[in-house]
Amino acid sequence: MAETTTFSGNRALQIEEPLIFELGSPGRLGIDLPEPPPVDEDRLAGLRRKAPIGLPDLSEPQVVRHYTRLSQKNYGIDSGFYPLGSCTMKHNPRLSEKMARLPGLVDLHPFQPQKTVQGALEVIDTLAGWLKGLTGMPAVAMSPAAGAHGEWCGLMAIRAYHDDHGQNQRRRVLVPESAHGTNPASAAMCGYSVDPVPATERGRVDVAALKAKLGDDVACIMVTNPNTCGLFEDEILEIARATHEAGAFFYCDGANYNAIVGRVRVADLGVDAMHINLHKTFSTPHGGGGPGAGPTVLSEKLAPYAPLPFVVHDADGLKLVEHAPQFQGEGKPFGRVKGYHGQFGVFIRALAYILSMGADGLRQASTDAVLNANYLLARLGDTLTPSFDGPCMHECLFDDRFLKDSGVTTLDFAKALIDEGFHPMTMYFPLVVHGALLMEPTETESKETLDGYIAVVQALAAKAKTGSAAEDFKAAPKYTPRRRLDETLAARTPVLRWKPGSNG
Amino acid sequence: MRYLPHTDSDRRAMLAAIGAKDADALFRDVPESARLDQPLDLPRHQSEMEVERAFARMAGKNLSAGCAPFFIGAGLYRHHVPAAVDQLLTRGEFLTSYTPYQPEVSQGTLQYLFEFQTQVALLTGMEVANASMYDGATACAEAAVMAARVTKRSKVILSGSLHPHYRETTETVLKYTGLECDTLAPDPLAMEDLIGRIDSRTACVIVQNPGFFGGIKDLRPLADECHAEGALLVVAVADPVSFGLIEPPGAMGADIVIGEGQSLGMGLQFGGPGLGLFATRDKYVRQMPGRLAGQTVDADGKRGFVLTLSTREQHIRREKATSNICTNSGLCALAFTMHLTLLGETGLTRLAELNHARAVQLETKLRRVKGLRVLGNAYFNEFAVYLGDDQDAAAVVDALADRGILGGVPASRFYPEWPELRPILLLAATETNTEADLDALVAALNEVL
Amino acid sequence: MTIRFTKDHEWISVDGTTGTVGITDYAQHALGDIVFVEVPEAGRELIVGGDAAVVESVKAASEVYSPVSGTVTEGNAALADNPALVNESPEDQAWFFKLTLSNPAELDELMDRTAYDAYVAGLE
Repeated sequence: MAETTTFSGNRALQIEEPLIFELGSPGRLGIDLPEPPPVDEDRLAGLRRKAPIGLPDLSEPQVVRHYTRLSQKNYGIDSGFYPLGSCTMKHNPRLSEKMARLPGLVDLHPFQPQKTVQGALEVIDTLAGWLKGLTGMPAVAMSPAAGAHGEWCGLMAIRAYHDDHGQNQRRRVLVPESAHGTNPASAAMCGYSVDPVPATERGRVDVAALKAKLGDDVACIMVTNPNTCGLFEDEILEIARATHEAGAFFYCDGANYNAIVGRVRVADLGVDAMHINLHKTFSTPHGGGGPGAGPTVLSEKLAPYAPLPFVVHDADGLKLVEHAPQFQGEGKPFGRVKGYHGQFGVFIRALAYILSMGADGLRQASTDAVLNANYLLARLGDTLTPSFDGPCMHECLFDDRFLKDSGVTTLDFAKALIDEGFHPMTMYFPLVVHGALLMEPTETESKETLDGYIAVVQALAAKAKTGSAAEDFKAAPKYTPRRRLDETLAARTPVLRWKPGSNG
Repeated sequence: MRYLPHTDSDRRAMLAAIGAKDADALFRDVPESARLDQPLDLPRHQSEMEVERAFARMAGKNLSAGCAPFFIGAGLYRHHVPAAVDQLLTRGEFLTSYTPYQPEVSQGTLQYLFEFQTQVALLTGMEVANASMYDGATACAEAAVMAARVTKRSKVILSGSLHPHYRETTETVLKYTGLECDTLAPDPLAMEDLIGRIDSRTACVIVQNPGFFGGIKDLRPLADECHAEGALLVVAVADPVSFGLIEPPGAMGADIVIGEGQSLGMGLQFGGPGLGLFATRDKYVRQMPGRLAGQTVDADGKRGFVLTLSTREQHIRREKATSNICTNSGLCALAFTMHLTLLGETGLTRLAELNHARAVQLETKLRRVKGLRVLGNAYFNEFAVYLGDDQDAAAVVDALADRGILGGVPASRFYPEWPELRPILLLAATETNTEADLDALVAALNEVL
Repeated sequence: MTIRFTKDHEWISVDGTTGTVGITDYAQHALGDIVFVEVPEAGRELIVGGDAAVVESVKAASEVYSPVSGTVTEGNAALADNPALVNESPEDQAWFFKLTLSNPAELDELMDRTAYDAYVAGLE
């Protein structure tokens, strides 16, 4: 790319923005405060801070400008197509943001007397009711803060059950090789060892291999369905049956629930526990990496072990149960998974979406999500190399065979897509194919957007296949605020904060 | 439906391109017995108006903090969030972006995370901080696991000053890891002896400062003892505004600092989503869980930022990862960093002074309440009060609520099995309290007690 | 001096009962830029085929297994400051650790240079 020829280094709306530590000036204020009441003697026991903290002082106009400029360097769903596989980057409705700012809902402290927050408890209870109704499961643990957290929560309930039933020899968990990294990581946190199960040529779990690994030392299987290759595990009923027969549980990773919500009840698949990513299937914003929420539905057997706290109905209305002995039923909660009562701000947004969509809208959403992914698979199947035969579910998987001998890698291809105004698909995951390109369009993309994307991907693939474009691809992206960044340097010489005396 | 762009004509054209008869044909891998032929028997879609009505009804059943004199803390504090924070937070490029896996189109996120990490390191007096975790309680559990990894020891001592949710979460996380928790009794009078419990099996001691019951302590003697025995000191901080006035844990010898950042930037939100703060020393950085933004250069030599040291994380290390954590609390971290940037050094210091002064003023006025005794004499903006031998703080709080006052939290809410804590009430005062609030509380207490 | 190779691309150079272990040029090339190395400390007992060290590139962390059983006498401290050495001089300066062999017969199970080169050619 040609060098920037401005004096400032800016390029019109692309403005170079320093760190806040390079912008401040002592004594500037972004906030005004009333005078403190007079105090004769403080109560700090001599522990008043002695040294400056080192934070910069800025005024409100500077701060607004700083973050506005930073935002302009980001690509979001609002910017354009964001087909990250398994992330479900669907539109984030603005109604959710409005509801999540109602003072009557958010200016509430979790430890107010329960009679003063019945409406908040109703939000949690209503959402829980929907999640149970959609999945057909009798119970749901609402407090996990993210998908990985929900996985761990489900596994903890499973471990608590087995230990409670004299089955504490069950310490092995079967996990498909294509599983997301959080699966084995979560299992390890529960004191389990992980035994990988291979896939078949059709991209599904090798059921024979799975059955051979089942035994009375297996606590559970962890299966993503639809799986990380975007395929429905068509032998899922047999998998569930064999697992249950072996005395083990079926944990389902619900990251891909968007493919089947409203069309399949996971209870009917034999699932015992499944986390739901509210920030995927239920449209809550990804916010640059979080916060999310991972409520975990539980079967009849696992329900008693659900963690604290949970909402129940009693004579006076809704009650939040925070301690095990208070519960009148048979609860044996395995413990508490985080502070307070769950990701309430995320609950409001998910519920606003669910109420907006309704059962009919959610069913249409999963239908359109699967339709869109199959459309991409069909239209790109000749240009790229699909890893498996269709139909796929809500995402389609390609590998880098189409780039063979071109000198262009999956990474290079993705960087070129950035210059074209698209966020790349997921790259190099799942690990079971080489140079994976996993695309999940979601249902909120129009046919025009998909056609535009298809045309560009076809053009880029054709260019790569000429065999003489590698250098051009490796120079991408050229039009972004920053070009390819040196990740090796960042890892070899980590600089994880600004320090006084450092220069830009 | 307003979030679904396809018309029937679009769908037909796409099915034709796929070569499928209808959309149901695409679901042929779903076992027939599991296929639902029609929408579930749950409510149908609704317009924005109808959804707003539903939420307004639920909101109307709550007594919000802004509508009453408010004195609840217990780990989450009502601070005033400047208007600019939320306005900026809703910019679509912040709200709707994802984890910065493609750094070239995520420099906004990566830069604010780098700034956030720096701010957290500065506030805590530590050398390095991560890009946030789910909340203070889970950060506490992660700190315990990290200390065990670093020291290769298995015992974790949990102080009676630690927030009960942090303690319960840590005990839960450690349950099947082979690590052992030595939990001390709740410590309203800040009298516990931690030093005597430390031995050669101790991986870490976890304390909170200011403590759950409000007390602040000099942690240097404890830090020295931990280090002499080869253990780490983990310090939890629940109100980040306290960093404006109190000696930071890093200066007192902490090895890991964790905390709850939610009070800055996000508002109460009925307790979630939270913002876990996590900071430590450079030498432990590879054992630290969570995402990290690092500085580097791009192909043109310009400074830029990327996620780095990813090999600690689950997507690479899988079962050997430092943690299973996959997200951070991105948007909450953004709110925190923006709020803190607006405050700056000068503003944060003034805000902390104001909080403390208001709490001291509250303590002074409470002397007018018969039979009430403030416990401890060193605090930031929260303290415990003893209402009297036969008093039930929970009943008092209930009666105050009936009078339209949110008068603190009873200790019994967290410790139902400790009858001796029944008369204890936790009260917090922040910059959002006026003197009139304080007078209202005092008057109401005199009526109720 | 005997040099042997494993299927996981470790090399071991043996002098008497002292072995020096590293990863091969093929391995460093496959891993890409090395950013971090974790070597075992002196005194650690290793078993043949067991975890011995970890080598990290930006996107991957790989276990380095011990080709033989024995006791570590030294980990290469130079790799802590300069992990790039593994890319530059994998079979010479960037040795990972030295150990005293407890069962020299295990060397017979390993490939010599010719066999290893043939093995690698078969992988490509």
